[in-house]
This record gives sequence, structure tokens and C-alpha cells, in this order.
Amino acid sequence: MHIYIRGTGIISAQRTFRSSALSMEAVEYSGNRLGCIEPDYKEIIDVKFIRRMSRIIKMGVASAMECLKVAGLNQPDAIITGTAYGCLEDTVVFLKKMVENKEEMLSPAAFIQSTHNTVAAQISLMLKCNNYNNTFTNCGFSFESALLDSMMLLKEKEANDILVGGVDEITDTSHAVLNRFGLYKKGDVSNQQLFNYNTKGTIAGEGAAYFVLSNREAENNIARLDALITFYKPKDTSTIEQNILTFLDEQEIKIDDIDLVITGRNGDMKGDAIYDWLNTNIFKKNTIINYKHLSGEYPTSIAFAMWLAVHSLKHGKILFHEKVNIAKKLKKVLIYNNFMNIHHSLLLFSAC
Amino acid sequence: MNSSVWISGVGMISAIGNNIAECLQALETGRSGIGPITKIDTVHRSEFPVGEVKQGNRELADLTNLSPYISRTALLSLMAAKEAINDAAIENFSSLRTGFISANSVGGMDKSENFFSEFLTDQQKGLLRNVVNHECGKITEIVADQLGITHYICTISTACSSSANSIFFAARMIKNNLLDVAIAGGADALTKFTLNGFNTLMILDNEPCRPFDENRKGLNLGEGAGYIVLVSERVAKSLKKNPYCRLSGYCNANDAYHQTASSPEGTGSFLAMQGALKKSGLLPSEIDYINLHGTGTQNNDISEGTAIQRLFSPSFPKMSSTKSFTGHTLGASGGIEAVLSVLSVKLGIIYPNLRFNTSMKELAFVPETKFLKNLSLKHVLSNSFGFGGNCTSLIFSKS
Repeated sequence: MHIYIRGTGIISAQRTFRSSALSMEAVEYSGNRLGCIEPDYKEIIDVKFIRRMSRIIKMGVASAMECLKVAGLNQPDAIITGTAYGCLEDTVVFLKKMVENKEEMLSPAAFIQSTHNTVAAQISLMLKCNNYNNTFTNCGFSFESALLDSMMLLKEKEANDILVGGVDEITDTSHAVLNRFGLYKKGDVSNQQLFNYNTKGTIAGEGAAYFVLSNREAENNIARLDALITFYKPKDTSTIEQNILTFLDEQEIKIDDIDLVITGRNGDMKGDAIYDWLNTNIFKKNTIINYKHLSGEYPTSIAFAMWLAVHSLKHGKILFHEKVNIAKKLKKVLIYNNFMNIHHSLLLFSAC
Repeated sequence: MNSSVWISGVGMISAIGNNIAECLQALETGRSGIGPITKIDTVHRSEFPVGEVKQGNRELADLTNLSPYISRTALLSLMAAKEAINDAAIENFSSLRTGFISANSVGGMDKSENFFSEFLTDQQKGLLRNVVNHECGKITEIVADQLGITHYICTISTACSSSANSIFFAARMIKNNLLDVAIAGGADALTKFTLNGFNTLMILDNEPCRPFDENRKGLNLGEGAGYIVLVSERVAKSLKKNPYCRLSGYCNANDAYHQTASSPEGTGSFLAMQGALKKSGLLPSEIDYINLHGTGTQNNDISEGTAIQRLFSPSFPKMSSTKSFTGHTLGASGGIEAVLSVLSVKLGIIYPNLRFNTSMKELAFVPETKFLKNLSLKHVLSNSFGFGGNCTSLIFSKS
């Protein structure tokens, strides 16, 4: 059985929503926070719903609706979301009121939309969809777990068409807190120069990306998802390399069969040493591109990389990387990402 | 993919005890764990009773060797997960593909809410150690690291059905031959955030809750953790100890009615129970006991009751809500109630639904009010429903 990606819907720091243009110009940002370029939600979501939704819910629901529309699907057999941070804005609104009002006179609105399953729930609610609904909150593996759940459901023949996505938001509070942990670069930085600084830290990102996964062949299938694996806290770089080799072996392919490797380099000097090592070893003959200068760093950013991978396969050229030459037709794309050197993931895609 | 998944270990901590033995004793003697708030610093302290775990963080830290400053959710989780693993007594544990699939609803919120009150006055204030484990997944990783599990780690958060979904997911990973052993369930600690949140919804009872009673007034929040050890058929055969039972059915459905309220006809709960029966190949009449979601709110109990009535009428199995003992432990409730369902099948016991007086006028059945033992139970159904319409039912079968 093959697993196909039929539709995609994505809101990111780039002009990706409803964009069919192939020669995409990367949007330049200064500073360490890449916010999403959001669409006019009124065209996508009923106005009476929009009023109550926080930003992450709007981004999630709008990209999910766009994805279903592109795929020509009304009722998915399952709705599965991955989010590491959940609905931060509503959480903070409620916490702030709770502290300021000393636990009196609080309104329930923010609380009821603060639960991590709100985005998936709102999608079900808008579609009046009673089918399987799940939310994974698994740090840097959140989207990968949602994908694994989807792949199992398809293999179990419990579902034919699944809506699966990854969502995470930056709020002023989360950015201030994560800055204090020293995760982001300081001073005047540009995302376009992210890989040239050789300094500590990365740039923050956010986004919502949904996909329809299906076990059915169709004209409008975009690409194939062949395999996924995650590994937790590998002890050293050679273990990572060994895991990549094992993964390729299990798929019965060689590293030379990979036409494009998308890696999760994020500009943090220490973390990037892993990619430096892999690029000069296992990936030394491969064409390699990065994506976090486009999306920023966040726990579900691999969903952005997946969007990049499948559309590059579909169009036969690498989106946002016009200058990168590829010798032959793109057939196989591998994504390797790690989040904080704790959560390591490999995703393999093929052209249809 | 059609092979069975067996349960070979259980562990729980809740307001009625720190381990299985203590909890069972409380259930048999009818000793409820609902009482006044003593641990969280809230203005509602004297207003709402809760199901608190009696041990403080320092005592739990001593028992688990974790830091006393870490989230209470992690402390509770490790207590119950360790008990489950010890109970399963799998000898060649480290050579098997083992996963830790956990769940919670608010991660390290018990600490983040303290961080936040200081952070609000000055963004440079608040101890970072109090916010570093805010994410749901961090709690799971703290516990997995202590248990020495690295092969697969996962966290699910679907509000009050979270840990039923983690058990469901774990079973499927075994069936898909991705894992040999999975420790699955969930944990949640009481927090000011959830207490105030549920208070704004006006669904907290200011007295001990009365699930499925006509005069029920709401739920009591609780805290705790519950885990079961699931093993593949191959591993089950290699164990010296007989497994407790088998997870024979499961289903996840969405009510798609409202963000927090359940539909009056209980669409989501009906579909979850019906789907679980279908998966296990059982007829409604073959279910011997239902461990109800039974929160004690007007809305849940009528919605769940209506769904049960639609599915089981005219002959109803015995039913009870153990939340009358533990309170509603949110992200832990599916795990705790799975543990109690496993024990029910294995030991042939049914738990009383405390404080039940008056039957609900819409329903043709009443919950069981006595502790029953020496029964022969073949199939037990456990319900877990949550915000966002997330409904999950699990069925545990003797063989």
C-alpha cells in the first residue's frame, strides 16, 4: 500500500497560503521572530466563529479548510493534530486574568479554548465530523506522532483519507520566556543570513500546515510519503548516522538514490555542528537544502519542511531555492531534522 | 495486525491511595478521597472539595528520587508508572522495544502558574526552572528518562479523554509491530488554572459529587496517575505471570457539537461505545460492567446516560463512576479508570458509585451502589470523554 499526499494547506512566515507561484521569493525578516503571513480569515471561516478564535486556532482551522478544499475532501476519516505548545495565547489570557483578578470574576472563554486539542476539535466542529480525532503534544515529535498515527490508521484500513497537521504559535509571552532560555540570536539579525552568523541561538518561528494523507490513487495526488522514523536523545553523531543508514536500509534504498536532502539546520552554532558532520559524511554526495531561514525554528517546523518536500517533488524543482541545481528529475526527498538535539526525525518522500 | 494485546501490569496513585492495594482497599470499604483543598494556594480553598493525593511534593520526591521542585504531574506519573512496571515484572525488559505513551491535560502548569504570577510583574522575573517543563511532552520525557525508556516516547492531550487515547495508541503500536511493550496511561496534578477554569464553567460541586444522581450538581476535580503495561502476544507468552486481561476493543469518535458541552443525545459517546463493541466483536449484552465517565455534571451524565440507554436498552450491565472516590482526574482519568477496569475483569469486582440517592428521571437504569466481589466478569467497558468532543471507549476482556 502507498500513502499519498493529496492536498496541503499552510500558513507560514512565507507567502505560502494559496500560493501556486513556483518561483517563490523568500520574505526577508529582521530580528529573531518570524511571525506568520496570515490570510483574510473571513474568506475561509464563518465570521461568527472567527470572533472567538485565538490566532493559533484561526491559522490551524484555515490551513485545514484550505487543505481539504485542494484535496476535494468534505469529511476526512480522521482529524489528527500535532502541537507542542498548544493554545498559548488563550492559556496566557486566562492565567493573566486569574492573577490580576485574584481568581474572581473570570470568564470561561479563554479557558475552554486553552486545551491542547482545541484546533482539532474546532475542525471537527466546523465539519460536523464525528470521526476519529486526536491531538499529540509530544515536544519536537508532535507532528511526527500525528503522522505515525495517520500512517497506522491507513495500514489498519480504519481510514482512507486523513487530515493531519502541525500547529504552533509564538506569543509575546512565549517569546519573552524562550528568549530568557537563550534560544534565540540577539541583536540585528536577518533570516536570509541565518546560516552565516556562526553565533549561538536561532530565530523563532511558528506555523500551521495540514495535509490530506490517502491510501487511494488519484489524479491530484502530490507526492508519496514512504516512511517516517523518530529517535530520542541519540548518544552521539555517529549514532545519528547509523540510524539514517538503518532507515534507508529498511526502505531498501541507498543514500545515492536520494535526490534532495532537506535538513533542519537552524543557525545555532553548536546544534549546526551535527549537520556539518553529516553533510561531510553520509550526505557528502547529496544535494542539501535548509528550511528554517524560511520558517523559523519551532517544534512542529518539520511540517513546513514536508510541505516544501512534496511541492518540490510535484513541480520537479526546489521551491525557494532556485539557484540550487539538480542534475536529474526529483524522485526521492529525505528530510532530516532535530529539535534541540533531543528529537530527531527522518521523513522519506517519493514522486507519484 | 489481528493479534491480541495483553495487559500484564497496573499502577495507580490517586486521592484514595498511593498504590493499587491502598486504592482497592478504599474502594472496597467505600472510603472516598474527596475532601478540602490543602495543597494548592487558592482563594477557593474552602469553597470546593477535591480529590487530592495525600502526599506532598517533598514526600513524592523522596519516593521517586526526582527533585521536589519538579512538576507534581511528573512526580505522580513516575509513582504510578514504576508500580505498573514492577507489577508486570518483565525480565528481559531492556532487550524489548518498549514505549512510554503518556498523557496529561496541562503539562507542568502547577509550576508555570507560579512562574507566571512573578513574570507578570517583571518579564525578567520568575524562576525558569518553574516554566521549563510547561509542555505536556516534557512531563512524559522526565518520567521516561527515569524509567530508562528511549525507544519510543509519546504524549497525547485530548483533555479528559487523553489517557484513554494513549492506551488506545499504545495498543495499536503493538499491533502494528512497532513495539513489544508499552507503558500507557496518564497523569495530572491539581492546579489553580484548572480549578478556576472549571469554576468559570460553573460545573464544580461545592459538596462531594453525586454522579448519575437526579440531584447532581457538578464534578470535583482530582489528581493522580494511572498506567497499564501492554504487551504483545509473543511477550505475554514468555512471561511467568498470567496477564490480567486483553484490550479487545477501542474506539475514538468526536461529538462535533460544542467545544465543552456534550450533545444531549450523546452522539460522540454513543459512537465511541458502539465502535469499541464492533472492534471487539461483542454484543452490548456481553458487557458485564461499565466504568462510567460519570463526572457528576448535569450535562455529562445525561449525555452519557442517553447514549448508554440507546445502545444497551432494555438490559443494562452494572455501572458505576469511580470519580465519586477519586474526583475527576482529567488527563489521568482514562488511565486510572483503565487500571480499575483491568482489576475488575481480573478480580471479578465491581466498584460502588458513592452518594447515589435518586435515579435520573430520563434514565431507565441506576448505578451500582455496593462493592460486589466474587463475580465472573468477562468484558468491561471504560468510558472517557472530554472537551473538544473527544470521546474514547476501551473494552477489557478476560480472554
